[in-house]
Amino acid sequence: MQRLLTTVAALAAAGPALAQELNIYNWGNYTSPEMIEKFEEETGIDVTITDYDSNDTALAKIQAGGHGFDIVVPSGTYVPIYIDEGLLMESNPSEMENFEHVAERWRDPAFDPGRRYTVPWQWGTVGMAVNTSVYDGDINTAAIYLDPPEALQGRINVIPEMMDVMSIAIYYVGGEQCSQDRETLREVRDLLMEAKPHWLSLDYSTVERLAAEDIAASITWNGAALRARLQNEDIAFGYPETGYPVWSDNVAILADAENVDEARTFMNFIMEPENAAMISNFARYANGIAGSEAYMDEVMATAPEVVVPGDLAEAGVDSRICPPEAQQIYRAIWTEVLK
Amino acid sequence: MAGTASARPAPARDLAAARRREERRTRALLLAPAMAILIFAASGPLLIVLAYSFLTPGDYGGVVWEFSLKAWFNVFAERDFFTGEIELADAHLSIFWRSIKLSAMTTALCLLIGFPTAYFIATRPRKTRDFWMLLVIIPFWTNLLIRTFAIMELIRNEGTVNSFLIWTGLIDTPIQMMFTEFALLVGMAYVYLPLMILPVYAALERFDFRLVEAGYDLYAGRWQVLRRIVLPLAKPGVVAGSILVFVPCLGAYVTPRVLGGGKNMMLGNFIELQFGQGRNWPLGAALALTLLVIVMAALIVYVRAVGREEGGRHG
Repeated sequence: MQRLLTTVAALAAAGPALAQELNIYNWGNYTSPEMIEKFEEETGIDVTITDYDSNDTALAKIQAGGHGFDIVVPSGTYVPIYIDEGLLMESNPSEMENFEHVAERWRDPAFDPGRRYTVPWQWGTVGMAVNTSVYDGDINTAAIYLDPPEALQGRINVIPEMMDVMSIAIYYVGGEQCSQDRETLREVRDLLMEAKPHWLSLDYSTVERLAAEDIAASITWNGAALRARLQNEDIAFGYPETGYPVWSDNVAILADAENVDEARTFMNFIMEPENAAMISNFARYANGIAGSEAYMDEVMATAPEVVVPGDLAEAGVDSRICPPEAQQIYRAIWTEVLK
Repeated sequence: MAGTASARPAPARDLAAARRREERRTRALLLAPAMAILIFAASGPLLIVLAYSFLTPGDYGGVVWEFSLKAWFNVFAERDFFTGEIELADAHLSIFWRSIKLSAMTTALCLLIGFPTAYFIATRPRKTRDFWMLLVIIPFWTNLLIRTFAIMELIRNEGTVNSFLIWTGLIDTPIQMMFTEFALLVGMAYVYLPLMILPVYAALERFDFRLVEAGYDLYAGRWQVLRRIVLPLAKPGVVAGSILVFVPCLGAYVTPRVLGGGKNMMLGNFIELQFGQGRNWPLGAALALTLLVIVMAALIVYVRAVGREEGGRHG
């Protein structure tokens, strides 16, 4: 695929500019096809989308080079890595026409001060999706996967997102984000080791499996839980009150992008409230563009998966990248759990 | 060249030597493209992997160009974070062991299904054999991922098998088959079965079935005929098939991830972890090379053992 894309990019570069192109590298099942269609119609730019399933997959591929992509959508935690490694182009989106629509909260994030590289795509939380017809107890707790109630045992999925799974467990035992405290981590390891026999799988795809009741609970992203609920009304989303990650994904132009003008056009395009709403209506996450709510589906406006219930909002922890030393310990624990 | 050589009266020995030289050069020239591809496309990347395994991991993936033996050390041992002691990396060993165990089981399962299948096809009339072979090969042309998802559709809780069993009333609640080692075994055996059938069939196709009749004439039982006549003669095919199944199983990545549910890692997934979330490319490289060495060692031992046995029989 990579080689194919590179070939396509090379062919496009060699010939006279026949058609304008844009190669987007984004999370799977995340890009609204309607929004892309509208973009293609309005601008005449041909869009190709390639999927990835984790930040690390994307980062590794981009680091390896020769990918042929123009745009990538890393999480806020990964944006500083991309910037440090010189992988992003300083495209100064804060000077773009539509930047005025970016919501106050996302105008000057810690991961990209002054928005010199990225524009908001979507943001959300990681929590517990539970089938309430199987278990009707309290779901605002990480015990759903760390100390599962009997009804859920053996029917739990865990997304194989090491940092989220570790972080929620660390908060559960009272630790802090990126903790390197020996006692905390020992507790986390023991907790995970004991809980693992109750898990059914570690898999990224949760929407269909929750809806089809292949699994009764899963750690998952809030938008995924909402999509599952729209297919199966028994699915509810819980926010662990001991702490849960808040993340954001951001659109950036790659340093070696070949279609820079097209990429800039795209960045500006998705900051338009109406277009941002299309992104949210598809993937079911909030988008960080003020005024987009007016164009969103009704179901999004009141959804508890999107609008965090008041008292639980405080428990959200903005995700940041952990230092390599912490990462190394987490990897050792993760390997131990999955051996 | 050849013309001038033959025009001059020269001793036959020289002529023969010249021809040999000529032949050697032609052979070298003809082989050159293939060799070039082998060297650049096989050895090249492998050398990069080898080089990476001796480097220091970058903070966020990639490598830093500083020599280090840590990756190789970490393949087998690690410093325990909690006790500070250097310990055998038992997590790594158990992942290696699971991979080897499941690959061996898959190979056995493939042999168990593949041998009778190949035998069946080889004993059909010549005209219909191609048709049976086609049936074996068609799935093999299908993308690996699609075949894996097809198996998933069959065995998932709401899948074909469970739905059918519930419909017949044999069971009330679906049997959990997905995300178990059973699913992995079924998936891998299905995916790699043609790799067993093809070489076994190739061996059996050349097999002279009059030997079986001769065996019966000499009062051999069915079991004896199979064990003393058919199996020894089909052995090269069985060996080739077993190797062809065992080796890719050991490095399988897609099937364990889709059907195994990722709860217990196999080597392929473990190596991938190092290049992704683990952010330790040198360790990933070292693990990949360790896998390569294991496969090579197993092959050498196996081929030697088979060779010795064969030598013994002829001697």
